[in-house]
Amino acid sequence: MSIPTNLKYSKSHEWVKSEADGTVTVGITHHAQELLGDMVFLELPDVGRKLKQKEECAVAESVKAAADVYSPISGEVIEVNSPLVDEPGKINEDAYSAWLFKMKPSNPAEIDAMLDAAAYTELVENEDH
Amino acid sequence: MLKMTPLNQAHRDMNAKMVDFGGWDMPLHYGSQLDEHHKVRQDAGMFDVSHMLPVDVKGNDVRGFLRQLVANNVDKLTVSGKALYSCMLTPQGGIIDDLIIYFLSEDWFRIVVNAGTADKDLAWMLKQRDALAPSLEITPRRDLAMVAVQGPNARAKVWQVIPNSQAATEELKPFQSAIVGDYFIARTGYTGEDGFEIMLPAANATAFWNALCDARVAPAGLGARDTLRLEAGMNLYGQDMDETQNPLESGLAWTVDLKSERDFIGKQALLDTKVAQQLVGLVLIDRGVLRGHQEVIGEKDGVEYKGEITSGGFSPTMNQSIALARIPVQIAVGDEVSVVVRDKKLRAKVVKYPFVRNGKVLV
Repeated sequence: MSIPTNLKYSKSHEWVKSEADGTVTVGITHHAQELLGDMVFLELPDVGRKLKQKEECAVAESVKAAADVYSPISGEVIEVNSPLVDEPGKINEDAYSAWLFKMKPSNPAEIDAMLDAAAYTELVENEDH
Repeated sequence: MLKMTPLNQAHRDMNAKMVDFGGWDMPLHYGSQLDEHHKVRQDAGMFDVSHMLPVDVKGNDVRGFLRQLVANNVDKLTVSGKALYSCMLTPQGGIIDDLIIYFLSEDWFRIVVNAGTADKDLAWMLKQRDALAPSLEITPRRDLAMVAVQGPNARAKVWQVIPNSQAATEELKPFQSAIVGDYFIARTGYTGEDGFEIMLPAANATAFWNALCDARVAPAGLGARDTLRLEAGMNLYGQDMDETQNPLESGLAWTVDLKSERDFIGKQALLDTKVAQQLVGLVLIDRGVLRGHQEVIGEKDGVEYKGEITSGGFSPTMNQSIALARIPVQIAVGDEVSVVVRDKKLRAKVVKYPFVRNGKVLV
């Protein structure tokens, strides 16, 4: 599966999409779901929670293991994808449309510093070897 | 270097995700562990279990030797082909391994042991043989492959692939087996579904596997094998019990025969054991996933207690989390316990397992 070029990526396998209104949408990558296997449980952050970059903010559990999701940037949680909690398998189907939550960034420079698709591709390839 | 079964290349050809399982390079899944699980509950799936080791014990009075070697009583095996599940114990009553013994004739029994414990099991058997019955011949059969075909349609699919096996195996009851040409076919399994476990020469394994695949038997990996056996309430060695645990506190009292006169290794230790722990089933009430080694806590009659989950996970059939846990015997079915999951205490109900058998939820 190709890695979308319109997104930014963290080293801990979260993706971030910058929206037109200045907010960002956050999810976990295709590679992350592949490592975890079939997803069976999600715990999302509360709306209004203020997150620091790299703070543990959600839990994604698969048949195999529990994985912490880290906030890719600093900011406030403004919306969570509640329906996804009942259908975590959607992450396996399409990790880039099954978003977890939306944030209002407090330091947009953090987004610019994230990996682009080429750098993330390289990270994943190095991990595979 | 990981050990490989004769089906290693077949798994890779099917794009399996391979993992190191106790030193063996084994398939975890072939795409979706959940799909594989459901396929076994609803239709038919197949597992490469060639990493497990068949051991043939041959000679004069094998039965007399096995009476002493294992905790269950091989005198229950009276009809050729009959199988018996048992633990093999240390003198202290600890579980060296759990295994299946097939009675073929008075001078030939076959024992199938777990992969991770195969070397130590074999060494133990040889040591006991030397002391108790030095004339017996004990032969590990790494020349055999083993495939488990499981699910409501499993037997019919096997008959489709090995037509001449049907007559000899269709009357087999659970825990019975028959030899048909090169195939050793047993109506046993580790999923809680009907089906066969089949041993055959390693050289024929890939052709057999591919023929089953053509008959639309779904390949299933270790991931599905684990969720299926957990739903079926079947112990996993190394997780639910090991040498530090005895069968009486591991949900395996039913496999121990303490009534007969015979002595067996570990018997005195079991007779001296004051049973304080039990293995129970847990069904999670709150949202989350139970996992092995999570702590179980609670209070019963004003006394606080602690226990531990030995195996836990998500039950695809029940669509909720279940577990096996070792807790004090005072806690009863129907009681509510707390399980420490990360920074939370989640509520779980104590149930009698199995959770699922033959496609039906029992709890």
